[in-house]
Amino acid sequence: MLKSYKELNERHVDTIGEIGSIGAGNAASSLSRMLGENVAISVPNVTIDDYSNIIGSLDNPEGSAIAVLIHFEGDIRGIVLFVAAIEDAKKIAGRLSGQYSDEDGALTDIGTSAIMEVGNILASSYLGSITQLTGLNIDISVPYAAIDMMGALLAVPMIEFSVDESKLFLVKEQFYIGNDIVDSQIILFADVPSLAKLMERLGADL
Amino acid sequence: MINSVAVGISEYRTARAPDVLVAYALGSCIGIALYDRSTGLGGLAHIMLPDSRISRCLGVEERKKYADTAIGDMLAELKRQGADSSKMSAKVAGGADMFKSGGPALMNSIGARNAIAVENELARLGIPVIARDVGEDYGRTVRFDLASGNVTIQANGKTEQKL
Repeated sequence: MLKSYKELNERHVDTIGEIGSIGAGNAASSLSRMLGENVAISVPNVTIDDYSNIIGSLDNPEGSAIAVLIHFEGDIRGIVLFVAAIEDAKKIAGRLSGQYSDEDGALTDIGTSAIMEVGNILASSYLGSITQLTGLNIDISVPYAAIDMMGALLAVPMIEFSVDESKLFLVKEQFYIGNDIVDSQIILFADVPSLAKLMERLGADL
Repeated sequence: MINSVAVGISEYRTARAPDVLVAYALGSCIGIALYDRSTGLGGLAHIMLPDSRISRCLGVEERKKYADTAIGDMLAELKRQGADSSKMSAKVAGGADMFKSGGPALMNSIGARNAIAVENELARLGIPVIARDVGEDYGRTVRFDLASGNVTIQANGKTEQKL
């Protein structure tokens, strides 16, 4: 049985990638329905890294980003966090609302709520696919959204698991919408017992 | 040649003039800059939690996560390098609540609890806090210039300010 993130091996990482693929695929379908446009998705890129490296390895940790955070608990507990740079989020918001930004390019209130709603739908459908796939029972919290420095937003769920863990895995994916490529990350944080349970349901209990 | 050194989450770094230490995008984490003007020696700690007593295995690396262990460890290292703790002062920044609007209660108290723990620990160590920028609901990047002892704060969408 898995005891720590440190023990994750290649097969575990593949399974996490698989969870990411399915979750992101489901999120892409929801987004496609919402936009009335085809949305394709890249093969998710899974990385496992030390907390101390995560923020520094971002392209622009101080860059403005949107984050939507959802807690879940029940058979397994954890957090799903959707994060996208504002410039990427705007590519989605522009398809939902004409007045998403003002003359200076700053987001309007309408643009902000459109983006937050998109983040919410992506994070919930990601989580929904995991419960469907595994048959695990979970309750989800209301979504919390914020716009701020990407690094500061990413650190929020890290802190919640930091007593027992110093590593986390990131699943990054790209959405292709029309001619636009939208970079985003949907990150699943789960404590080790929850992760072990997920692995077991997916047949990768090692 | 001025080195700019990044200090990641749950790390601390020591340096001397003219180097610059940077903690990027602090949210509820806190950056604690200790500086001994007489030698130009200083350090920047990037803590994420207030109290190490919740830890089940408190190793060298884990001690860097907590306010009550990281600051003392960094001070000890600075002393080994020749810093004079009686001439030391501290500047502190971070401790925000990133998801303020209706965020989960547990996470929203962590920034404030970090800020209190940092102040308590610095008082225990006898190091005066000469400047602070803590709380609120936005991220901050902290730059600590060892040549002058200046600390600057860059908040999201704002201009850089001297602390």
